[in-house]
Amino acid sequence: MENSTPSNHSVGSLGVDSKKLGMWTFMGSEVMLFASLIATYLTFRGKDTVNPPFAHELLNHPDSAFIVAVNTLVLLCSSLTMVLALDGAERGNRRKFFTFILATAALGSLFLGVQINEYAGLIREGLSLSANQFGASFFVLTGFHGMHVAIGVFLLLYAAFRGKVQGFTREFPLAVEIIGLYWHFVDLVWVVIFMIVYLLK
Amino acid sequence: MAAHVGTLPRTRKKPEGLTGFLITVIDYMTTVDHKRIGVMYLGASFVFLLVGGLEALLIRTQLGASNLKLIAPDLYNQLFTMHGTTMVFMAVMPFNAGFGNYFLPIMVGARDMAYPRLNALSLWTFLFGGLFMYASFLLGGAPNAGWFSYAPLTESNYSVTHGMDFWVLGLQMLGVSSTLGAINFIVTALNLRAPGMRINRMPLFVWMTVVTSFLLVLSLPSVSIAMILLLFDRNLGTNFYIAKMGGDPLLWQHLFWFFGHPEVYVMILPAMGIISEVLPTFARKPIFGYSFVAYSGIAIGFLGFTVWAHHMFAVGMPPIVNAAFSLGSMLIGVPTGVKIFNWIGTLWGGNIRYSTAMLFAIGFIGMFVIGGIGGVFLGSPPVDYQITDTYFVVGHLHYVLVGGALVGIMSGFYYWFPKMTGRLLSEALGKTHFVLWTTGITLTFLPMHLLGILGMPRRIYTYYGDMGWDTWNLIQTFGAYLIGAGALLFLFNVLKSLRSGEVAGNDPWDGATLEWATSSPPPAYNFATTPIVGSRRPYWDHKHGGQGDSGAALEMGAPEHIHLPSPSIWPMVLAFGVMVAMTGMLYMKDLAESWAIGDMSVNPVVVLLGVVIVLFAAMNWQNEVSAGK
Repeated sequence: MENSTPSNHSVGSLGVDSKKLGMWTFMGSEVMLFASLIATYLTFRGKDTVNPPFAHELLNHPDSAFIVAVNTLVLLCSSLTMVLALDGAERGNRRKFFTFILATAALGSLFLGVQINEYAGLIREGLSLSANQFGASFFVLTGFHGMHVAIGVFLLLYAAFRGKVQGFTREFPLAVEIIGLYWHFVDLVWVVIFMIVYLLK
Repeated sequence: MAAHVGTLPRTRKKPEGLTGFLITVIDYMTTVDHKRIGVMYLGASFVFLLVGGLEALLIRTQLGASNLKLIAPDLYNQLFTMHGTTMVFMAVMPFNAGFGNYFLPIMVGARDMAYPRLNALSLWTFLFGGLFMYASFLLGGAPNAGWFSYAPLTESNYSVTHGMDFWVLGLQMLGVSSTLGAINFIVTALNLRAPGMRINRMPLFVWMTVVTSFLLVLSLPSVSIAMILLLFDRNLGTNFYIAKMGGDPLLWQHLFWFFGHPEVYVMILPAMGIISEVLPTFARKPIFGYSFVAYSGIAIGFLGFTVWAHHMFAVGMPPIVNAAFSLGSMLIGVPTGVKIFNWIGTLWGGNIRYSTAMLFAIGFIGMFVIGGIGGVFLGSPPVDYQITDTYFVVGHLHYVLVGGALVGIMSGFYYWFPKMTGRLLSEALGKTHFVLWTTGITLTFLPMHLLGILGMPRRIYTYYGDMGWDTWNLIQTFGAYLIGAGALLFLFNVLKSLRSGEVAGNDPWDGATLEWATSSPPPAYNFATTPIVGSRRPYWDHKHGGQGDSGAALEMGAPEHIHLPSPSIWPMVLAFGVMVAMTGMLYMKDLAESWAIGDMSVNPVVVLLGVVIVLFAAMNWQNEVSAGK
């Protein structure tokens, strides 16, 4: 506990790396961000009775629900590939790292592509930000999550780029681990959003 | 002592004249030293305090007598909105961040904050965010719906200028700044403590800054989302807060006060931390009940998240909800009372020196108790129904924020100024300042309670002469000018003392905590070797007997290689890029409307420019980090 010195930034008084502790703290903030968005969504959930299109017509359609469920699986699988990529970085197994970090980025991009496709379908049905409260709260909640996924994909590609250009330095596994923490968080939040938006009757 | 006037040691010789000035400016623009960043925080906050104070004086002048028409009503709305926003987000909060920046790392025996460059980014984002919001006065009108910006008053059909957009985007920048700063404080205090600086040995100011930081990290997202929804309402055609379109104005109030109530403790807890350092020093006793002061701070912070709806009693929530929130609010009185008694217990039997810092700390206790009791009144729904939206509320909040937070901050200034500059502030001028402020605060804010009970509503622009409010309003305006005079006197004291103040030495107050164990001002690396702490009051025990509760109270570790991060311009450039992007986003409505009809000639070029600057700065920043600078 107390063998650290202030100039040694790798492992601090709590026995954790400072950067990792910072990421955990930041995720606390992110939890509250999504909690506020979900609370907003729930405030308006089921209240739209006048302005179509209605949520139950759009979301509980078997086809669309199936596609979103598969998309959720895609994102969950990307957490597995992220763990494998980190393992590759920690063991210095370059091939394993590059394979799985790029696979993670690809799965994240696939998720975003499917989400954009879903948005396009909903817009064709007449849903928009200003159509009704469902449209507004749905697009803001899932859009915020999509933005987080996009930032995550950017960070994954940055990790791959850094591994390529700078090689596997001593700090490299930690950087991958911290990006991984963020990625797992984004996945986990989606599971909650998926249940609340698509599964709740 | 007097013989040393004007012979402070300088770390290096600087060129004179314009070149020297430019070098200093560039030094500060690129610094990542937590002490310089702290000084800039404090300086900028003081400028904003003067601006917010000027707005307050204009408001008070307009209210000085009945039927006055010195200021146009629309400008009056802008003034009270910007007064509140400035004092909360650009004065009190960054004052606390400034002291935290300067002293938290030294007090835990660290070389710097955990993330020095991120720390610079927090500063510049705060500064540019504040300037951005003030630019609204020149660009079509300032925000005008109060600092809490209740919907639907803030919607585009009621607030037609870009003022509210400035408010939302500027506050978003200040929020990012506070979140990053809070993460930095948490990691620094928890992870960069010197050997032996256990959590239950941390100075109470550090404790309170950590609690405050947790409050910020967990509460700011709520208002961020509230403001983004408002921005969408105003610019992209959503109806989150417009009742006739199915929206819910109360959603704003819930999201805002879920942040807004913890925010109250964000402002007051660091001041409580400051006086928990000042009182023991000048009573020459250890703080009475250290653990109780620390843990009651956590209790206040925790309970602070459970009481937000007591700002909303009058909106018509079910009685059981009102009762629950009332109970929670009353409960906060318990840990607060614990602290008050701890401070009094610290003074009890002490060998008290009435320095200016001590006077302000004692003033804090008295005035905070008055303000707090007003809060207990307001925490009771039946009473609140009668006096909500009256001047009683204004009196309560100003007593705790001026008589509490700002007076605590002033105590901190008189206490730590010698450490930051090497020179003492004038005690004579300081005591005059204290008298001006306590008199002014009492004359300005105590009658507000009375006027509230007499029925004077808050936020009104003027009032009729037959209401019976004239006398008290005139007294209040006079009191407000006394506070203004005190602030100017303080500024004069600072400028005079910087030039010719008495040289302080390293430990002018016979202090107990680590900052007094280094030179005044401290060197860039704080301590030549890492301190090893064996006591809650390491430097005091070191001076008076040497033993802590486990071995020596304070030892200096073995010499080591000191690595300090090199200066960087990129945090400032990145914050500037964010401001450019925010400027572009002011016009997102025009963009959305023209794109909706297929006219793609309007483009978000300013936003893109801002994003490019941000990415460019981030890339260079990352290159510096990779190069190990």
